Formats: sequence, structure tokens, C-alpha cells
Amino acid sequence: MTAPKDESNGAPTPEREGLEQQLQEGLRLIGKSPRKVDGMAKCTGETMFADDLSLPRMLICKIHRSHVAHARIKSIDTSAAEAMPGVVAVLTGESMPNSFGILPVSQDEHALCIDKVRFVGDPVAAVAAVDEDVAFEAMNAIRVEYEPLDPVFSPAKAIDNDVEPIHDYGDDGNVHKRVSMQFGDVDQALADADEVAEDVFYYEGNTHLPMEQHATLAVREADGRLTVWSSTQTPHYLHRAMSKVLEMPPSRVRIVACPNGGGFGGKSDPFNHEIVVAKLAMLTGRPVKVTLTREEVFYCHRGRHAVLMRARTGFKKDGSITGMHFESLLDGGAYGSYGVASTYYTGALQTVTYQVPTYRFDGVRSFTNKPPGGPKRGHGTPQPRFAVEVQLDKMAERLGLDPAEMRLKTLQPPYSNTANWLAIGSMGLGPCIEKVVEGSGWKDKHRKLPRGKGIGIACSSYICGAGLPIYWNAMPHSGVTVQLDRGGGVAAFCGATDIGQGSDTVLATCVAEILGVDLEDVRIVVADTAITPVDLGSYSSRVTLMMGNAAIQAAERAREVVAKAVSKHMGIPAVRLRFADNRIFDVQDPEQGITFAEGVALGEARFGTIAAAGSYSPPRTPGKYRGAGVGPSPAYSYSAAVVEVDVDEETGEIEVEKIWIGHDIGQSINEMLVIGQVEGGVYMGLGEALMEEMAYRPNRFGVHKIPSMLEYKSPTTKEMPPVVTYLVEDPDPNGPFGAKEVGQGPLLPVMPAIANAVYDAVGVRVDEVPLSPEKVLKAIESKDKRYGPKRFPDLRITETMRVKTEAEGGDGTAPRPPRKPKSEKKEVASS
Amino acid sequence: MMRLPPFRYHAPDTAGEVAHVLANEGPEAMIVAGGTDLYPNMKRRHQMPSTLVSLRRVTDLAGIEWGSDGGVRIGAGQTLRALERDPGVEGALPALWTAVHQISTPVLRNMGTIGGNICLDTRCNYYNQNYEWRRAINFCMKCEGDVCWVAPSSPRCWAVNSSDTVPVLIALGARVTLVSDRGVRELPIAELFVDDGIEYLAKQKDEVLTSIEIPAQGEARSVYRKVRRRGAFDFPVAAVAVRLAFDGDRVESADIVLNAVGSTPVVCTDAAERLVGEVVTEDLAAEVAQVAWKPAKPLDNTDLTHMWRKKMVRVNVKRALLELAPGT
Repeated sequence: MTAPKDESNGAPTPEREGLEQQLQEGLRLIGKSPRKVDGMAKCTGETMFADDLSLPRMLICKIHRSHVAHARIKSIDTSAAEAMPGVVAVLTGESMPNSFGILPVSQDEHALCIDKVRFVGDPVAAVAAVDEDVAFEAMNAIRVEYEPLDPVFSPAKAIDNDVEPIHDYGDDGNVHKRVSMQFGDVDQALADADEVAEDVFYYEGNTHLPMEQHATLAVREADGRLTVWSSTQTPHYLHRAMSKVLEMPPSRVRIVACPNGGGFGGKSDPFNHEIVVAKLAMLTGRPVKVTLTREEVFYCHRGRHAVLMRARTGFKKDGSITGMHFESLLDGGAYGSYGVASTYYTGALQTVTYQVPTYRFDGVRSFTNKPPGGPKRGHGTPQPRFAVEVQLDKMAERLGLDPAEMRLKTLQPPYSNTANWLAIGSMGLGPCIEKVVEGSGWKDKHRKLPRGKGIGIACSSYICGAGLPIYWNAMPHSGVTVQLDRGGGVAAFCGATDIGQGSDTVLATCVAEILGVDLEDVRIVVADTAITPVDLGSYSSRVTLMMGNAAIQAAERAREVVAKAVSKHMGIPAVRLRFADNRIFDVQDPEQGITFAEGVALGEARFGTIAAAGSYSPPRTPGKYRGAGVGPSPAYSYSAAVVEVDVDEETGEIEVEKIWIGHDIGQSINEMLVIGQVEGGVYMGLGEALMEEMAYRPNRFGVHKIPSMLEYKSPTTKEMPPVVTYLVEDPDPNGPFGAKEVGQGPLLPVMPAIANAVYDAVGVRVDEVPLSPEKVLKAIESKDKRYGPKRFPDLRITETMRVKTEAEGGDGTAPRPPRKPKSEKKEVASS
Repeated sequence: MMRLPPFRYHAPDTAGEVAHVLANEGPEAMIVAGGTDLYPNMKRRHQMPSTLVSLRRVTDLAGIEWGSDGGVRIGAGQTLRALERDPGVEGALPALWTAVHQISTPVLRNMGTIGGNICLDTRCNYYNQNYEWRRAINFCMKCEGDVCWVAPSSPRCWAVNSSDTVPVLIALGARVTLVSDRGVRELPIAELFVDDGIEYLAKQKDEVLTSIEIPAQGEARSVYRKVRRRGAFDFPVAAVAVRLAFDGDRVESADIVLNAVGSTPVVCTDAAERLVGEVVTEDLAAEVAQVAWKPAKPLDNTDLTHMWRKKMVRVNVKRALLELAPGT
């Protein structure tokens, strides 16, 4: 673009005004809504998902799964399968003895079960055959003889020591993890309170339900190396697990994450089927693909843990909180997965929204004979958030306070440390609350709508990337390299995976913004462990913040090289150069400049090929106690939601009529994508609130009751109400251009806001998720106008770690516990 | 993905030929129309017919013919979408239109037929599962097993009749025509159903359902109320069809039919009789609903709890009556 000559004696021409404005604003792409870089390919069907891939001589894999919930494997007879024409290989667990798992402390999975099966659906054997029909027949021809063991399906029962242990590691019996920590004197704080609330809540487990089933294609290359294409959110962690189980050097294993047709956390573990097809490919020398059935996706699970919770919270008459004691019992299912982190997460973020000056958390995760729980959008946070927000709503009524006002008065201040030593940065919850209160007409509606109609509010916060990686290391969490072509093209490489959230667009936008080129000039190469720098993966809402910062650094470094050359060429200092609209020009005289391509050519002539790397590591966290690794983040996002419902008192059915949601995004990178993520989060929250549940039949061998998209109920467009989204933009110093997360946070307030709205509508409390019509009706018909759990089991906490808060003069550390004599408990097999 | 088992495929042009093929192939042959019920079932290995006889090309199963008296004959091969789009159906038979409109999704209604919905296989969430899943419960009585897992001590299968159109067609007094090599027979649609989750149809294996005749409804009013979790996709977990004819303010004749609360539709004769000669009031509607509620015997084999489903029968019978009462 060439600015027109100023012939109007300073009076702005439209063109001139546009340029001035642009220069003033600085940002050309950030915060706007250009089309998603992968949008056209998705719409036209050109995107290649893992199952779209097909190679010559490709075999199809099917996995024989356990049809019993808990048993020892006595024998596996694969002879009939092997004898079938068209069957090329049959695999059992003995050929892959190394265990794996996402967390270093829970390496408790095998690609195929070796000694035991732990739930209906556990993988036992695999076949590779010339087509799917043969593979199916062969899979069913495999015979496994089991020695049954007593299964356990209820966490409360599982943590009794007298039941058959599911694993030979953990804290004791079927207690996978027990946590207890206290910050400040909670007992004293509760004693000092004017009112103490004590409530027990239950949050049913639910699953991710991505549209795309998991699929993986593996190939042994001619030189004996392995390439795996997979629908995974975490190619880097899969790379490590694959290398470990197959005993191959990581340098000879290449993992490519295909675009995911939805992830939501359900594709962030390394999975048995991924390792199985890789092994089969290495054995047969032929490409091998597996695409899971929908039923198998339910068995992969790693979704929302079912959690029973008790919250005891002290309040002053003005609504401020004196202290909180929060307890949670998680139904972990059959394997560790992210479970240790999930356990901590049910206790970590209670302190981030409102001031909680003293805080205690006790948590236990139990093993049960069900598909493993893991991280689902909001990882470990929606459950306690539901409890806290419903409890606040009850307390507001008890204290005669408006629940919105009460929340506004108790906000955690920005740039502060919480009782559990989380460092809060920018904090835009206040404006979020104000916007939804105003937009919804809250003040005219709360407690004022006709019977059957109700309105409710709830808030939340979420991390923008976990402060620590899954495995301990001192390296960056995200890396980006940028390479400039003399024709003006830009290539950006990053290990991040687009799971639909838009990370490809964020990468291209950050690079294009810095280099002053168009989105179309940036070619991105992502999620390939052989080619792209490591990004830890699309989980914990970390990608925009971490990859974004790395991308900015890489692009700035590349720009610097070009700027040096252009500065010399134009004879002006580099600081006067601006990169925009595919030009490099003098800010003081914008007409003086050259094209971006010319600039790159100058740079390349002077300094050689232009490539630059950037990387990002999160800041250190003030918390130094054991367990302080879960919760810290470079920044926290905030959300507030108001929901209006119509409740049918005769049926208990809830119709959500409208949702207003405010989200503190810091700064949108792409506004349309941000709104899309907010609406997607609301939609998922609606499903969790109203209907979704991982239901099992404990009295029928422990089968999953409804492993299908028809019977596992998730909302349709018919249930989706209008959503009004307000974005609060208060840039965070740690975010790229000030950006914070949006992928997970906006889901969190939806469930409690609906529960609170139901109370406003018909005066009953459903202290349980989902709020299915049966439960609402039971609450209406009950004496105490409540449906929900009444008791909380003894977690058998024997020792609580005590950490001094900042107010107590603490320094983030816990006093060293007295040395324990060597315990006899078995450590995790770390093979 | 789940794959279809192998089968032979016939696509004759007339109902007579269909009957002929069925007679020759014996009980291993099955009829397929839209395939929206049968094909998924075959993928799960519920049925593995050696031969499928398709109705797709049979022209004499198509068509919606209105008689001069206002009655209508609907070809069994008519797609649900075609019925839904027929202004005559929407205008004269609103309950049927509502039922059709609420079946599954538009995409499946494009393929599914009225005949298929009438003959819909009974459903149960111990049965409508993959082969591998059913292996974990040692299968069930309806397919390859011995036990009915909903009621393990029961000698019979309790799979649920989940058709939306059936209760409406019964309430409207429809008759169906069945054709076989042995001849043609016509019977009231209510007589097509048997109270058993496995042998749920009185239709013989060699018979093909060719048409449905609905008598003229005159001034009678009818309504269909479907209970389900979501506004699309879902089968009913309780369904109520009511038809009332009035003489002035008073009910002249009444039909109340329930479905999805047992293996067969339930005709609530006792409840309907209470209405005859009466003015429908809130109290009477509640009283009748209380009577209609009794024969509903839902069990724990669909979505939502069976106790709640039973309660929903009462709520929806009452609401249906009030919806049809004059002045509303």
C-alpha cells in the first residue's frame, strides 16, 4: 500500500486517515477476525484427519478387548485368528512389556494387558489383517481365559482396604493418591466466621465426545524408522511413550499429529492403540491403521472424573470468606492417566476467584474397574467450581445479599498471591460480572420472575497453561522457528496441534503481525516431532500463551536480521523501520520503503539464510511446597455467566432460555475464534449440566451403560440457547500481545449458574450434576427441597501439610516433614 | 468402523415379487426399506439375514391417496420425509404429522419409511449394543443369550416398542394390509402387535406390509406427545397419543394409546371410557390420567429412569386431554 501524497494541507484524506490510524493502533491482525487459516480446508472436506489417510498395502488393526471388569489373564489363544486367511499378524501384551502412562508417577498401562484386565474394554490382543471384515472376524476369534477377581465400581467402597486391589502401587489399597494440605489456620477462620456453610455435592463423570474417533496410521520406513500419524493432542508425549515401549531411540520415531476433529482432553494421553499399530507396522513392514469405534472411544475415556465433594466455608456477614475446607473423592477408573494432577486440580483453583484467606484441601483419587478418568476441558476444576458457586448462592440468600454483589465484593485482587501461593496477574472478573448483570437485566429478574422462571449467576477462573511440564525438565514449554524465503514467504514451525481450537491460526497471526505480512504469506508446519520444535501439547489452555510468546520471539528475531539489512540499505536507523502490509518502511516517512520480499532478499544477501528460533518458559511460581506444581500459571482467565431457565414443575425438565457470558481474555488474538471458543465451552457446559453422564451397570458385570452417540446424551442444536458473549480485554503482561486463554474457562460457570437458576425458578437445590429431570422432580417432591448426596466418607487423612500464607509471613515453602521410615508400599514400576 | 455382515440383495419391482422372494428364501430373508433401523442392527450383529429384499424399487408401496370421504391410504414405502412434507397429512392428521416430524433427524427421515417405523425392531439398552459389548453380559434373550437383563427372573423379553407413529395410528383407527405369497390380509393396526420383546409383530416372516389406511377423522381431534431427552435424534421413552371426538362440549368417543412403556403399545380402554359423555375439565383430565397411568410398565432399559417415565405418562395424558378440550 502506498500512502497518497498529502495535498490537503494537513486535512486528512480517507486514505491518509486509514494509514495514520493503523500506525497509531499498531496491530493489524491481532484482535480482528480474519478467516481461520484452516477454515476453507475444513469446510470443503480437504482437511486430512488421521482416518482419511490411506497407504498402499495398508493393513487394518482391530483390538480384542476385555469383556470382564477385573480378572487375571490365564491364557490367550490366538491360533484361530492367526489361521484366518487375510490375517497378517496377531499381537499380545508380552511383546510389549514396558509400561507407559502420561505421568512419570503413573506408568501403569501396557499397550496390551499382560497379567490383568481392569475394566470392560481393556485391550488384550490385536490383529492386523488385509481388511476390516477379516480383522473383525479375527478379533472375535481370539479366546481369552480369565480368572475372575472381585471388581469394585464405587470409589467410597474402593478406598476401603479390604477390597481386591486393582494395582500394586498407589498410596494404599485402591487409593491411587491421597493429598492433604493447609494454608493458614482454617479451623480458627471457621470459628471466627459469622456463618459456616457445609454442603456435600456430587459431580457425575462425563466424557469428551469428540466428533472424530481416535485413529492412528503407522509406517515402518525403508530404513527401519517409524512414522506415526495420529489424532493426538500431545505428539511430544506420545513420542516419549512410543520410544519407551517400542525400545526405539526417539530420533528414529516420528509422530505427526493430524488435525484433530475435536479433542477436549480426550486425546492427550498416549494411547494403547497408537502403540499397538506402531508395533504391528514394525513387525509386518506394512502400514497399519486403526480407527476406533465409538464404543472404544468411550473406553479410552480419560474424561471428567466423577467427584464427591464436601465444602465447609466460613463467611462474614458482608459475604467475605474467612476460610474454606474443601474435600474431594475422585472416581479414577482403572488407570492413573493424569489422575494425580486431576486430584490436585480439584483443590487448586478455589482461591483464584474470590479471596479465600485460609484454605485446606483434602483429596483422594480411587481406582475402580471402569475406563480411566483424566483431563476433560476444565481439568478437575468444574467439579469444585460447581460446589463453590452453588454454596455461595446459598450463603448469599442466608445473608440476605445479592449473589452478584456479594461476588463483586470478594474478588481476589489483581497482581496478588493467593493463600496457596498462586500468583495472580491481570484479573478482569469484576467487569465480566458487571457486563452479564447489566446485559441480562439481573437486577430486575433475580427473585422477581414468575414461578417456573429463574435466573442464576456463577463465576470461574482458569489457568493459561500449566506452570510445569508433565515430566520434570528445565527446557522451554514451547518452541517456534521462523524461516524467511527470498520470495517473501514465511514458514513457521511449531509442535503445537490444532484440535479445532485455532492454534494454527494463532501461530500464523502472531508471526504475520510481527513481520507485517498477510496470513496467507505464512505457511505453518506443525505437530511433527521430526520437524517442528517441541510444544508440549494442546492441553491446560497453554498453546496461545506459550506458543504465541515463542512465535513472537522467533518472528522478532527474524525481523531483526531483515531490519539490519534494510536499515543499511535505506540509510536510517532500524528503530525507524516498520513492518506492515508486506512493506518495510520509514515510520517518519511511510512512502519511503521497500517490499517485504525485497527486505528479505537484502537480509539474506548480507547474513545468509534467515531462520530464527523463539521459545517460551513460564515464570517461576512462588509456591515451593510439595504439590505446588499444580495450579500455577503465567496468567489466569476469568468468566462470569448468567443463565435464565424455565423449569417444568410437573416433569422437572429444564429449558435453558438464554445465557450471558463475560470472559476476561486479556486480548483477543482472533476475536471470532475467541467467541467461538466461548460458545463451544457454553455448549459443552450445557451438556454436563443437563444430561451427560458416564453411566455404568455395576450389577451387570460393570459394563458401560450407553457407549454410543445415540444413548450417551449430549445436547443438540435444539437445546442450545442464544448466547450473548462479552469479552473483557485487559492485557496481561505475560500473554502474547496480552492474550489469555479461552478454550476451557468459559465452560466452568455454566453448570453452577444453571443450578442456581433452577433454585430461583422453583426453589429447589440440586446439588448434583447433571441436573436431569428425574432429580429436579425428586427435589420438588422432597421435604427438604433438595436432591443430592448427604454424606461424605472418611478420607483417612493422617497427615496434613501446613504451609504458611503470605499474610502469616510465609515464603511459599512447607516445613520439611519428619523423615519417615522406609515404607513397604511398592513404588510405581518405572520400567 | 462397524461393518455390515455379508448378505445377498434382491430389489424387486412389485409387492408380489417381494412376497415371492420371501416365500422362496424362507425365514433367513428379511425386508429392508429405508434401512435406518435394520442396517445399524446388522452392524451390531443383531440380525444377520442371508438375504435382504429391498422395497426401494417397489412402486406400488409408494403414494398417499386421499379418498373422497377424507380417509387416506398411505403406501408403506412412503418416506417419513414425504409424509412430513405432505400438506394433507399436516392439515388433517396433525397427531400423525407430529409423530413423524419427531422421528430421529431430517437425514434419517429422508430414508426411513412409515412401514419401517411401524415394524421398528423393539429396543433395549441391553440389546442395542455392539457384539463385543453384548459379549460382556453373555448376550441377552433377544439375541444369542438366555436372560432378559432388565428382569432376569422373567421368562420373556422386555424390549420396548419405540415407534412414534404406532400409537397415533392405533388411536386414529388405522388398518394395515399384509401381502404374502399365500394371499392378502387386512387387519386393524392394533392387532399387528404382540406383547413380547422378541416376537413383537403378528406379521409373519413371509408377509410384507404394503399399506396403511386411516379412516376419515371428521371433527375428531388428535394429539401426540413424545417424552424424550432431546429435541432430536431420540426415540420416545414414553409416548401418548389421544384422539377425541366431540358432541358439542362433551366427548363422544375417546382413544388413548401409550407407547415406549412396554414391549407393545398400550390401549387405555378404561381411561378412555371415563371420558365418554363428559366435559373435559382439569379434574377429569387428572382423573383419567391416573387411570391411564396404571397399565404403563416401563422398566430400566431406556434412557431416563423408569419411575420418572411412568410419571410422565400421567403428566402427558393429562396435558394431551387438556390440549384437545374445546376452547383450547
